[in-house]
Amino acid sequence: MSEAGLKSSRFRKEREKSWRQLERIIKKMESGNSRSISDQEMIALPGLYRSALSSLSVARATSLDQSVVQYLESLSTRAYFILYGTRTSLAKRIGGFFVRDWPNAAQDLWKETVASFLVIAVFTVISYVLVMTNIDWFYSLMPGAMGEMRNPAASTEYLRGTLFDGSSDDSLSSFSAFLMSHNSKVAIMAFALGFAFCIPTAFFMAMTGCMLGSFVALFADRGLGVEAAGWLFIHGTTEIGAIILAGAAGFHIGLSLAFPKDKPRLESASAAGRKGAVLMAGVVVMLIIAGLLEGFARQLVKSTQLRYTIGGGMLFLWCIYLYLPRDRFKFRSKP
Amino acid sequence: MSQASRVTNYKEPALTRSLVTPEGVDLRIQLADTGARFGAFFIDMAIIGAVIFLVFIVYGIIFAASGQSDSEIGAVLFTMLWFFLRSFYFTAFEIGRYAATPGKLLLKIRVTSRDGGRLTAPAVFSRNAMRELEFFLPLQFLLFGGLTESSGWLYLAGTIWFCVFLFFPLFNRDNLRAGDIVGGTWVLRAPKPILAKDLSDKVLPDNVEFDFTPEQLKAYGIHELHVLEDVIRNNDLATIVAVADRIRAKIGWEKGAKEKSRDFLSAYYSGLRKMLETQMVFGKRRKDKFDV
Repeated sequence: MSEAGLKSSRFRKEREKSWRQLERIIKKMESGNSRSISDQEMIALPGLYRSALSSLSVARATSLDQSVVQYLESLSTRAYFILYGTRTSLAKRIGGFFVRDWPNAAQDLWKETVASFLVIAVFTVISYVLVMTNIDWFYSLMPGAMGEMRNPAASTEYLRGTLFDGSSDDSLSSFSAFLMSHNSKVAIMAFALGFAFCIPTAFFMAMTGCMLGSFVALFADRGLGVEAAGWLFIHGTTEIGAIILAGAAGFHIGLSLAFPKDKPRLESASAAGRKGAVLMAGVVVMLIIAGLLEGFARQLVKSTQLRYTIGGGMLFLWCIYLYLPRDRFKFRSKP
Repeated sequence: MSQASRVTNYKEPALTRSLVTPEGVDLRIQLADTGARFGAFFIDMAIIGAVIFLVFIVYGIIFAASGQSDSEIGAVLFTMLWFFLRSFYFTAFEIGRYAATPGKLLLKIRVTSRDGGRLTAPAVFSRNAMRELEFFLPLQFLLFGGLTESSGWLYLAGTIWFCVFLFFPLFNRDNLRAGDIVGGTWVLRAPKPILAKDLSDKVLPDNVEFDFTPEQLKAYGIHELHVLEDVIRNNDLATIVAVADRIRAKIGWEKGAKEKSRDFLSAYYSGLRKMLETQMVFGKRRKDKFDV
């Protein structure tokens, strides 16, 4: 009575063994113990994958057993993602990121970086001039929480103290943890907000510029300008550099959405998003380094001169690392 | 649950997309539905919440044992933990082997690249960086910002912002959220169905004869065959009896004394499938019983 005549079930019986074999190998690869896969299995894998695909085509055309068709579809899809989603090891990925991907992304986005830098610079200068001409501008340019006690009402002695005393009143480590998470958030926001055609990103950059300018102006008003700039400079070159790059990544996304050129808008946005994201991963690294500089170096180094040296040195290193042309090295490493 | 997961459900054509492999076979991938997406996100947020809660329990125990009062460490711990979890939890898991967070794994969905290529780390990073904008920022604003600002208009703007991004996936064809657009990704269903037994292999008892005439087999099409397959696989007696009675009535089949409904359905399934598959070989796909 068992309908031996059913062609589709005979077909299934003939092929089932190779499907099962493919499934076993894929299961091993998916669960990460690729080492337990034997050489024979590795060699058989592409053949098994192609035969599963052809089985799928045949099953779709001749079999009405849903279970078989769905099983084959899922099996082929899993195999496809494993075979074509070539996976490099995490170490190699990280290495490639530092050696190649990050500097390349930074170089590709140099126009956006310049734009981002100009916005910050212009607003720094404007806010500096404004606060110097009328100190009351400070209150409108500096958002409340950031200024804390450092406002025009504070005594010169107190202000000098904040630059050199390390932590006296506010609990330092929680403050720097807060700053670190705050800065990363600002950077990520500047990136993500590029989505809205650059405008919020530009606003973020302008705000950063205003804070910088008015902060330095407050101290310059008491003749502490050089010292205050040094206080900012030691970690600021890294931190502001990171924020500028984040802004550049945001601008890149916004521009690609607004002016997609010859690609469809969606495709253009996702290409920009990927490139921007590489840069953003670098920004996070920079912010962590800035956090370390801010938390430790600034508290340990009290000399303004040395602060300038360290900050300048970091700036120099970042520029060399990110913008030194590398094409020659590529040629050499590819004999 | 294992019973339910065996049930093969139909493909929803609205969620099926074509992905043609280099070998030229269309894999007909399935997008995850928005319910699964929201569910997975909810599970992930619950996990993050649980981790923070656990760390604080442990911290509280240590704190109580040492008897010192140091709120600063607690503040640092909380700030860093919340920052790292919300920024890197999703990214770390999606870069990993499963291309899915624990919530997505549980609901059997995964992130893939929209162009069918491999899912790169930058794509995952940017799709999750957007989360900050889509969810965490407005959440923070609605929870804290709205209260201090105490401005109704700002609050309204925040709510609108939140809703725009929250419902974004419902208003485009591919259920993309803003992060998917920027990252060039989408979220697919990734079920791992087991290969169930072939129903036409079932051995029927010898004492009953099932001989269906071609007219009797012509009553149904492929859709009904698939429903029948589900009914037999689910193996729920009441349904089987009801369905068997319907079919008998429709094709005019006299129920024998020793005939069991389950055997009847199996036999009819085999017969119907054989006929429909033969038709398919000759290029005729009879969609359902209305398709003549």
